[in-house]
Amino acid sequence: MPLLTLSWLLPLAGAIGLLLVGNADGRRNGAIRWLTLAVSLATLAVTAAVWAGFDPAVAEFQFVERVPWIPAFGIDYSLGVDGISLLLVVLTAFLTPIALLSSWGSIERKVKEFSIFMLALEAAMIGVFVALDLFLFYVFWDAMLVPMYFLIGIWGYDRRIYAAIKFMLYTMAGSVLMLVAILGLAYLHSAATGRYSFDLLALSTLDIAPQTEMWFFLAFTVAFAIKVPLFPFHTWLPDAHVEAPTAGSVILAGVLLKMGTYGLLRFSFPLFPEAAASFAPWLALLAVVGIIYGALVAMVQPDMKKLVAYSSVSHLGFVVLGICAMNAQGVQGAIYLMLAHGVSTGGLFLMVGMLSDRRHTRLIGEYGGLKAVVPRLSAAFLIITLASIGLPMLNGFPGEFLIMLGAFRWDPRFVVAAGLGVILSAVYMLWMVQRVYYGEVRHGENATLPDLHPREWASVLPICAMAVVMGVFPTLFLRPMEASVEALVQQMQATQTLRAMDNPHPPAPRTPTPGNWTAMRPVTRILYSLSRPHSGPSRAERGQKRWLPAKGSGGYQGAVPLGWLIGIGN
Amino acid sequence: MMTDPGLLALVALLLPALSFLVLAVAAPLRRLGRPAAWFSILCAGGSLAAAVQAWAAGGDDVSRLLWAWLPAGGGTLASVGVLADADSTLMLTLVALVAFLVQLYSVGYLSDEPPPGLGRYYTYQSLFAFSMMALVLAPNFVQLFIAWELVGLCSYLLIGFWYQKPEAARAATKAFWITKAGDVGLLIGIVLLWRQSGTFDFFELRLLAEGGALPLAGLSLITFCIYLGAVGKSAQFPLHVWLPDAMEGPTPVSALIHAATMVTAGVYLLTRTEWLFALTPEVLAVVAWIGAFTALLAAVLACVQDDIKRVLAYSTVSQLGYMMTAIGAGLAAAGFFHLLTHGLFKALLFLGAGAVIHAVHSNDLSHMGGLARRMPHTAIVFLVGTLSLAGIPFFGGFLSKEEILGAVWAGGFVGPFLLLMVVALLTAFYMFRVVFLAFFGEPATAHITATVGAAHAGHPHDPPASMRVPLWILAAMSLGVGISSTMAGQMLQFGPAEREGPAWLMPSAVGVALAGILLAWLTYQRRTIDASSLAAAFGPIRRAALARFWIDDIFEGGYRVGLLGFSRAVGWVDRYLVDGVLNALSAWTLTAGDDVRGMQTGRAQDYVYGVAVGLLVLLLWVQWVLA
Repeated sequence: MPLLTLSWLLPLAGAIGLLLVGNADGRRNGAIRWLTLAVSLATLAVTAAVWAGFDPAVAEFQFVERVPWIPAFGIDYSLGVDGISLLLVVLTAFLTPIALLSSWGSIERKVKEFSIFMLALEAAMIGVFVALDLFLFYVFWDAMLVPMYFLIGIWGYDRRIYAAIKFMLYTMAGSVLMLVAILGLAYLHSAATGRYSFDLLALSTLDIAPQTEMWFFLAFTVAFAIKVPLFPFHTWLPDAHVEAPTAGSVILAGVLLKMGTYGLLRFSFPLFPEAAASFAPWLALLAVVGIIYGALVAMVQPDMKKLVAYSSVSHLGFVVLGICAMNAQGVQGAIYLMLAHGVSTGGLFLMVGMLSDRRHTRLIGEYGGLKAVVPRLSAAFLIITLASIGLPMLNGFPGEFLIMLGAFRWDPRFVVAAGLGVILSAVYMLWMVQRVYYGEVRHGENATLPDLHPREWASVLPICAMAVVMGVFPTLFLRPMEASVEALVQQMQATQTLRAMDNPHPPAPRTPTPGNWTAMRPVTRILYSLSRPHSGPSRAERGQKRWLPAKGSGGYQGAVPLGWLIGIGN
Repeated sequence: MMTDPGLLALVALLLPALSFLVLAVAAPLRRLGRPAAWFSILCAGGSLAAAVQAWAAGGDDVSRLLWAWLPAGGGTLASVGVLADADSTLMLTLVALVAFLVQLYSVGYLSDEPPPGLGRYYTYQSLFAFSMMALVLAPNFVQLFIAWELVGLCSYLLIGFWYQKPEAARAATKAFWITKAGDVGLLIGIVLLWRQSGTFDFFELRLLAEGGALPLAGLSLITFCIYLGAVGKSAQFPLHVWLPDAMEGPTPVSALIHAATMVTAGVYLLTRTEWLFALTPEVLAVVAWIGAFTALLAAVLACVQDDIKRVLAYSTVSQLGYMMTAIGAGLAAAGFFHLLTHGLFKALLFLGAGAVIHAVHSNDLSHMGGLARRMPHTAIVFLVGTLSLAGIPFFGGFLSKEEILGAVWAGGFVGPFLLLMVVALLTAFYMFRVVFLAFFGEPATAHITATVGAAHAGHPHDPPASMRVPLWILAAMSLGVGISSTMAGQMLQFGPAEREGPAWLMPSAVGVALAGILLAWLTYQRRTIDASSLAAAFGPIRRAALARFWIDDIFEGGYRVGLLGFSRAVGWVDRYLVDGVLNALSAWTLTAGDDVRGMQTGRAQDYVYGVAVGLLVLLLWVQWVLA
C-alpha cells in the first residue's frame, strides 16, 4: 500500500469532502469537527504505520513511490522518507489533531472553512517532508502558504491582515529565489546529461561549478532562513504568531518553522556541499546571534505569545548551529531539537491560547497567582516550560546536549555564546512563569477561571506525555535517524575531500587573490563576483545555451529581426 | 538475599522514583495528603534500609550497572546506571537517612497544610530523593549532569512551595537562575572534557587521567568550568547569593536540600573527580582561596542576621567554603568527611530551628528567648548541633574540622588557613549568639501575644513525636560520630601521614572555638559586653554586612539595568530598526507604485511614444552587445 501517498492524500481528501458538506448557519459544526478530527487521527495512524514499518538500519529512502508526472521536463511524482524526514512527518500528524482540539471551543465562525484549511495545511506539510522531487517539493511548499494565509487572515486577532500579508510576502520572497535555483539545477542537469531532472538524488550527483554552486546555495538558504527564521529574517514570525489563532500558532511553531531547518538539511547542504562548508561559519554566526538576540527580545515582551515566538527564534538558532556543525552529534541533535521544539513550543502556544480563551488577553501583567486558581493548567505549563529551557528528563535536553557536543567538535566559540542563550532562556521563561502563576491573584477576574476541562486535557496530556517520553527514552527517536544522518555526514565529508583532491593546491594561500576562490571569504567572494559578472569559465565553455543564439549560428546576421523580438516566427 | 552493593543501591534509588511516579500520576491519592505522605515515607524508609545494606555490603568493591541512554553509531554515547563504591554508598546512606527523617518530620511540621498541598510537597520530596541519589550514584558525567539539573529543579519547586508569597516565588526563580549560570559552566566543562578524551565515564576518565593519557593542554579550563558548576550549586562566592533567599521554603526543605544534601553536591562532585583536579593544581589553588574567602564572608554575614534560618543559611555557606578549601588543599577526603558530619548536624540544627519556628510562629530571634525551659528537648538537641558546628571535642564536627585545618596547613596554604581559623572563632560566636538569644534570657511574650493570640500565648512547647524523633536520631548520630571519631582520631587515616597537621593545631582550634563561645556568652548572656558597643567597634564591617556587602545589590543592578535595560534596547532595535527597514521598504513600494501610476495617462499617443522609445533602446542595446 502506498502509505506515503495515503498520508498526504487522506487529509486532502478530507478537505475536499468537507467542501461538499453544506453547513449553512453552522448547523453541522459538531459533525464537521468530529469528522476533521477523525481524518487527522487516521492520518496519524498512517504515519505511525510508516514509522512501524521503517527499517532504522537503512540509510536510504524507504517507502519510495515514483511515477512520472511531467515526463517532458523530467518531473516525477516521487515520495520517500528516510531517518531525517520520518519523525517530522509523524510530528506533523501528531500536532494536527491537537491543534484541531485546541480550536474546538475557540473557533465559532466558519467552522467548515477552518477545518478545510487545517486539513489542506496538513496535506501540504506532510507533502513537503516526503517529496523527493524538487518540483513536487516546491508545489507542496507553496501550497502550504495558502491555507496558512487564510487561517491567520480570517481567524486571527486584531492585526491579522497585516500579519497574514507579511507572512505571505516574506515567504514568497524566499521561495521565488528557491524556484529560480530549482529551475537552474534542472537546467544544469540537462546541460550535463541531455535531459531535465528534478530528482533529488540525481541532482545531488551533479558537478556544479563553484561559483554557480554558491549562488544556488544562497538562493535555497535564504528561502529556508526566512522560514526558520534566522536572524535578521525573523520579524514576520512574532506578528504571525501573535495574530494567528491558537491552532495556527501551534502548527506554525510546531511544524512550519521546521520546514526551514529541514530544507537546510535536505537540500542546501547535501546539494551544495562545498558552498555549504564555506558558508557554514557565517550561518552559524547568524544562528548564534539569533539565539542571544531572540532571548533578549523575549525577555522584555509583555505579551506571552510574543515571548514564546521570540523564544522560537532563539531555539531554532540552536538547530541551525547543529546543522552547521555537520557531524553526527550536531545533526542528530538538530533533528531531535526540531521534534522537541515542535512538541514543547506547540504546547506553550496551546496553553497560552487556553489562558487567552478564558481571559481574552495575553498580557503577562494581566495575570498573576494563577497556580492557586488553575493548578492543573499551571502544572502542565510548568512542565512544558521546563522542557523548553532544556531540563534533563524532558524533551529539550537530548537535542541541546547533542548539538553542544557536535558544535564543540566543530568550533567551540559558538558554544560559549549558545551557553549564554541557555541561561537566558531559563531567565525569561521562569520569569514569565513567576509573573503569571505565582504570587497572589491580583486581578479579580482571574480568581474564578476554570481549570482544564476534558477536551483540553485531551490536547495537553499527549504533549506532556510526549515531552517526558522524549526526555527519558531518547533512543526511541534517535535510532531511526542514526543511519541516515551518518550517511549524510559521510557524504558531505566525502564530497568535500573529493573536491579538495581535485584541487591541485589543497592548502590554499590565505591571502585572497582574485584568481583563487578557495581562499576568499564568502562575503568577499560575493562582492567580487558582483563586481565582475563575467569572470570564471565562459558560458560557452561550460556548454550552456545562451539567451541569444551565438553569432553565426544562423537565425540572424547583425540585426535583430523584429519577429524574433516579439516572439513570432523563427 | 542480594548482596551486590550495586543492586542494593539501585533499589535505594528506584524506591523514591516509584513513590514520585505514583504520586505524580495518581492524582486522587496525592490530593488525600496524609496517605500520600505516608506512602512517600514508606518508600523513603525502604530506600534507607537498602542504602544502609549497600554501604555495609560494599567495602572496597566497586559495582557498576550500566544501561545505554544515548546511542551513537551503533554504540553508546552515554549511559545511565549506578556506580556503587565506598564513597558513593556512604553518601547515599546520608542522603537516604536525612531524606527519610525530613519526610517524617514534615508530617508534623506541615500539619496545617491543606491535603493537596501536602501531597504536592511529598511528590516533590520523592523526586528530590530520587534525583539526589541518582547524582550520588552517577557513573558518568552525563547522568551526573542530568541529576544535577533535577535537584536544582526540586530546589526551585520546594523553595517556591508557598508560591502565593511573592518573596518565595522570587527566591525560587533567583535560585534557579543563579545555579543555572553555574550549571552551564559545568555543561561546557563536561563537553570540553569529552572532546579531549572521548568519554564521559568516570571509570575510563580516571584510567586516562591516572595513566597520564589525558592531554594536559586546556585541562585547567575544563576543571575550572566544572568547578563553576560547583560554585553555583555549593553557593561559593560570588554565586552564594541565592542560598540565604532560599530560606523562604519550608524549614524541613532547608534542612534537606539547602543544608545536608543538594548544596553539598558541588563538594561531592569535586571529591568524585579528585583525580582530575589533581592534574590542575592552579585550579585547586583557586578552589582553596575562594573556599576560604567564602567561609569568612558568610561567617561575618551570619553574625549580623536576626532571622534564625538566615544565620543557619550563612553558616551553611561558610561550612561549604570550609569543605572546598580542604579540596583545594588537595585533601578531598577531609572535605568529604566534613560533608558527612555537617550533613548530620546541620540538618539537626535546621530541624531544631524549625521546631522553634513552629512553636513561636516567627523566624526573628528577637521574638524568641527563654525557650529552653519551655522546649527542653529542642534546646538540648539544638545545643548538640551547635557544639558540633563549633567543633568541640566529642561532638560531630570536631574531627572533620580538625582534618580540614590540618590539611590546609599541611598543603602550605597559610592564607586560607588563617582565614579558616578566624571563621572557627566566628562560627562559635554566631551560633552561641543564637543559642543564648533564643533559648536563654527573657521570653519575648509581647510578640507572641501580639501575633498569635491568646490560644498559644506564652505556651511555646516541644513539637509532637513525629518531629521529636528525627531530632533525637540526628542528635544521637552527631554525638555518636563525634565520640567515636574523637576516640579513634589517631586511627582514622585520611591521607598520607605528612598531610596531618602539627601538634599545636588541635588545641588552638578548640581554643579559638571556646573563645568564640565565651565572647557570645559575655555579650548575649551575661551582658558584660554591651552588644551595641560591640557593634560600634565593628561599625563599618557591620554596616557592610547588614547590606550583605552589596553583592546582592550588584546582582540586582546587573539584572535590572544590565540585562533588562539591554534587552529593552535590543527589543527597540528589533521593533524599529530590523522590522522598520522592512516596513519602510513596503511603504516605499506602495508610494512608488502610486508615483509610477502617473505614467499611465490613458492617452493612446503616450503609449505609442513609449513603445517607440522602448524599441529604439532595445535595438541600440542589442547592437551594442553584439558589437
